[in-house]
Amino acid sequence: MNTMTQPDPFMLNQWYPIASLQEILPGQPRATKLFGQRISYERNVAGALQVSDGSRALPVLEQYGCLWTSLGEPDELFDVPEYAEPDRRNVNAGSVGVQVSAQRGIENFLDMGHFPYVHTGILGALPHTEVKEYNVEMIRDGREIIATECLFYQPMASTVSTSGADVEYIYRVPHPTCSVLYKSSPMDEKRLDAIALFGQPTGEETFRGHMVLSILDDVNTDDFISYFQLHIFGQDKPILENQMPKRLPLDPRAETPIRADKTSIMYRRWLTGHGVTYGTIPAAA
Amino acid sequence: MHDKTWVPVANSTDLAPHHVFQGRLMGQELAIWRADDGHVNVWENRCLHRGVRLSIGINTGSELVCQYHGWRYANRNAGCTYIPAHPADAPARTICSKTWPVIETGGLIWTHFEDRDPPLPELPEGGAALRPLPLAAAPEMVRESLAGLAPEGFGPLDETLQARGPAGSLHLMVQPADAGRAVIRGIVQSDEPELALLRRLNLFLRSARDQILAQAALTPAPEPIPHRPERVSEELAEMPEMVSGPARLRVQVAKKELVAKDIVALELEPLRGALPASQPGAHIDVALPNGLLRQYSLVNAPGETGRYVIGVKREPESTGGSAAIHDSLAEGDLLAISEPRNNFTLRRDVEETILVAGGIGVTPLLSMAAALKDDGLPFRLHYFAGSEEQIAFGERLAALGDRLVNYIGLDPEKTALALKGILKSPAPHAQVYVCGPAPMLDVTRATAAEAGWPDAAVHFEYFANTREIDTSSSFRIELARSAVTLEVPAGRSILSVLQEAGVAPPSSCCQGACGTCMARVIEGEPDHQDVYLSEAEKAAGDKILTCVSRAKSDRLILDL
Ligand code: FES
Ligand SMILES: [Fe+2]
Repeated sequence: MNTMTQPDPFMLNQWYPIASLQEILPGQPRATKLFGQRISYERNVAGALQVSDGSRALPVLEQYGCLWTSLGEPDELFDVPEYAEPDRRNVNAGSVGVQVSAQRGIENFLDMGHFPYVHTGILGALPHTEVKEYNVEMIRDGREIIATECLFYQPMASTVSTSGADVEYIYRVPHPTCSVLYKSSPMDEKRLDAIALFGQPTGEETFRGHMVLSILDDVNTDDFISYFQLHIFGQDKPILENQMPKRLPLDPRAETPIRADKTSIMYRRWLTGHGVTYGTIPAAA
Repeated sequence: MHDKTWVPVANSTDLAPHHVFQGRLMGQELAIWRADDGHVNVWENRCLHRGVRLSIGINTGSELVCQYHGWRYANRNAGCTYIPAHPADAPARTICSKTWPVIETGGLIWTHFEDRDPPLPELPEGGAALRPLPLAAAPEMVRESLAGLAPEGFGPLDETLQARGPAGSLHLMVQPADAGRAVIRGIVQSDEPELALLRRLNLFLRSARDQILAQAALTPAPEPIPHRPERVSEELAEMPEMVSGPARLRVQVAKKELVAKDIVALELEPLRGALPASQPGAHIDVALPNGLLRQYSLVNAPGETGRYVIGVKREPESTGGSAAIHDSLAEGDLLAISEPRNNFTLRRDVEETILVAGGIGVTPLLSMAAALKDDGLPFRLHYFAGSEEQIAFGERLAALGDRLVNYIGLDPEKTALALKGILKSPAPHAQVYVCGPAPMLDVTRATAAEAGWPDAAVHFEYFANTREIDTSSSFRIELARSAVTLEVPAGRSILSVLQEAGVAPPSSCCQGACGTCMARVIEGEPDHQDVYLSEAEKAAGDKILTCVSRAKSDRLILDL
């Protein structure tokens, strides 16, 4: 895309992550992109963060280990309460650029069916391919999608067992390009690890995925946790970049959903309902 | 320019075994692959599920498997045969990748986007294909620039890009990959040593390319042709249940062969086009010359999509279906059949599969065994036959190697004992599939239940309901959705009353064996007379096969 498309109001008026805080060093200005627009940011020597689009100062928010900004007028950022729990490890696992729209990236994040094929031996294993029935609903007055009772077979489901078992997931979509998943912690089966993908739409057909974890783990190093998460995402990236079209089609007849795709169907409808055009192919009226 | 002709889109040598070649024609990406049976497929390069390129998928030799969620598409008809996320469901809808016609000649793969096949390209006999030369220039311009050039040993290329000369004859073709992208392909026929000639022509084309590119640099590059994928059908977008239409396919008996004592195999070929995709366990209805409609399971292995193969046993006491096939049907005869339907789907998300076949009941299990073998999944086929000469489809059986266990000439008692042995240890990730004569199925189901197999792990298909149907009751049915009340008198089935009222579900075997005519019961007590529902399902009482079952209560409320 050489012409710069304007984001629709719903996309425009959101907070977006543009960097991981740990990477921002005082006095070292950096630049990135949001909606195709060049954005610069810097932590000045006094320790304050500043973000600019070249002509004006943009809003700044430090949250979940990321620097967030907006080109519009954003409401409050969604809550991930787990992040504040004192006994958790919060890890910014890294940021990865992907040549596909951020919404395709979110849809992949919500999808269990690909585990045995794309994350073979880690999040799934053949022949265990079934996506069992689960629930999806809209909560918080339609501001968030939540999928619950999602079960998927995982080999070596916990650190204490070597055999496979069904692992339970919960998925939240509180933002058009951000999602948080919860799964039973291998360390403490009664609590859930939270893993988030925060999408920064650098363009209509490109995004950077910032991965943030809030987990119960007092064994592994941050580096190991990051490496593991990047490895998983590295498996998704080539698949995502081979999706056609690169923008997420919202026409229900553009692709063929199955029952396992209930969350993605709801996500597409939700984007349609909010008039999202940026990074998507809206259904012809 | 290129309208109304076949266009070369790949060299035959590009299609290495078990690979998928990515091609492009007029802005449309193509997935081109050769199956083990030699058939070349030219498909839209996009999985119907979530749009992933099929060219990064896996060519198993019989099917193309998408990398993202493992959807499988069959050789030839491009129908989706399996959706791993829902292993118990047959891909109920006609999910079919977009395909284009293909011919392979002169060492090239040709296709076209026209509605009707254009005339075949006229090519020199025994020519050799040139190495393709891609270039970023408008195809029209490439064509114009090539015309008039004279490669060494040939006269000038005419308008159709053909040249003759002492060296032989040369045909060049310009593949319009996109508005600003072309591939020069060609075939040369000559007495000269091939290698030297091909090298010379390659050099000629490279220098032509340099000229063309220099010229192309003077004009702005044209916009790529936008990719306009076809929309999927409305019903696919809404995830509905399958409706088995009365679609009648016309097929020809390509081969009729005695494959065992009293068993003939029929190979049915489409009159034109490709046959719809089928899955392991599927059956077709065959309309026989004498007016009867009979169900036969497909024996087909994955990718075996050129013909449907069925096995038909002569049943002396049958209503004449099998006799009509054995005695009066000949090779070359035409038959009307239905599209494949599947009430006997094979899960492939299990660690162990036990297949139990009795007699001719081996047919759907052969198809399943081939699919499991293809997938590398552990299984065993236990085949009970009356005698050695009643063992059908020997070649297919032999291909199963030690995964086949034969039981010959066992009496009912010994059969029951053998089944006990086979089913003695239910495993959490195992499934049982059984097909055969009714008494054997009954025993197998009872044995499995006794051994502790859950109902859901035991799948069966009766090929006939041999029980006597009692039609003496009379009762009322209320249709909840259409808000009508109908009387079912003694001697008539619910199905026939529904048909008369125009609200009948699809039906097939009409003897309570196939499950097609199932309806949901909202209220009332069904009088089950079918062999399709399991004991647990019958006890639950919320489903009924409308072709044979009736009501014990005065009325039934059906969800129709
Ligand atoms: S995109 Fe091909 S199987 Fe899902
Ligand atoms: Fe993934």
